[in-house]
Amino acid sequence: MIVAQRKKIPEIFDVIQKHKNVLVLGCGTCVTVCLAGGEREVSIISSALRIASRKEGKKIKVNEFTIERQCDNVFIEGAAEEIKKNDAVLSLGCGAGVQAIAERYPDKPVYAGLDTAFLGILESRGVWTEKCVQCGTCVLSDFGGICPVTRCAKHMLNGPCGGSREDRCEIRADQPCAWQLIYKRLKNIDQVDKIAKGHPLRDRSKSIDGGVRTIIREDHRI
Amino acid sequence: MMNDKTFEPKIIAFCCHYCAYASADLAGSMRLQYPSGVRIIRTPCTGRLETEYYMRAFENGADGVLVAGCLEGGCHFIEGNLLAKKRVAAIRDILEESGIEKERLRMVNISAAMAVNLAAVISEMVKTIKELGPNPIGKTNSGLEIEFGEALPSGKESETLNSRH
Repeated sequence: MIVAQRKKIPEIFDVIQKHKNVLVLGCGTCVTVCLAGGEREVSIISSALRIASRKEGKKIKVNEFTIERQCDNVFIEGAAEEIKKNDAVLSLGCGAGVQAIAERYPDKPVYAGLDTAFLGILESRGVWTEKCVQCGTCVLSDFGGICPVTRCAKHMLNGPCGGSREDRCEIRADQPCAWQLIYKRLKNIDQVDKIAKGHPLRDRSKSIDGGVRTIIREDHRI
Repeated sequence: MMNDKTFEPKIIAFCCHYCAYASADLAGSMRLQYPSGVRIIRTPCTGRLETEYYMRAFENGADGVLVAGCLEGGCHFIEGNLLAKKRVAAIRDILEESGIEKERLRMVNISAAMAVNLAAVISEMVKTIKELGPNPIGKTNSGLEIEFGEALPSGKESETLNSRH
């Protein structure tokens, strides 16, 4: 899932303060699961903004609404009435959600209430970690399901850098060495011979370095 | 504002049913005195209190919020008070970001027998709030000074709470 976190209230207040009616729009998908932009967070952030507004002597009306998915036009439609009633939208969706709303409403100012951080998983309660950098050429099958592109600080594809201490990464001692994990994992599943396979330079044109990526499925287009 | 001697802080005290609420009861039986501006709300556990409850209390004009849970290790639900402790710490940050002094929200641990301590904590809290002055947002959404009893979302819920007492 996409993992995001709340921006600080003064930063949000600074961008919305010139409007009279602001809609705080939550998203019921990834950012709800990572406790950053769901219905509950909409309520908390709206409350904080109302307090900040009255503290500053402003009369900003902060309204709340949450839709199932901000990155999908079908669901955005459900917020149409609320969006029209307000002067601006503070989206608590991920970067994709904010842009989807902004594209759909060209005349409406849309602001981001979250910092979208990464694609990751819930490691334990309250702990999320990055697992995928969406490089466009997945190599997980060769590395026992552990991604060296994401989890090795140097993105090494052909063995460890040699700088790890015990099983710790030399860049971040709080992180395990991805190559240590890969070796252990391949050994466990009896595929350690895969480690000898050479990997040529990655095709970075399939990553964000090649510009905005688009997938077109002709068989699904109408 | 800080020199206003007539200022009586309005404080919402969320008290856990298994400890602080019972100690408030005991304080009453012992005829202990504590400032009258405190309104006690019984909760099943301090861990039950959502972030929104605290935010709404301040939004509706409370000058301070006190959360009183069981002693650490003594929670009826094992770790509700420990969860509340972490939550209160996070909410204090949000309040500060919003422009409300974080000292206006405080969590304490009180057992059912600690009536004297509860009265002392309340007096201490009132003193802190008096030093800080009234809630900086001052007025309610309707532009009126909030009255106790009106801080609750609706009359119906107010009745329900009272009937439990």
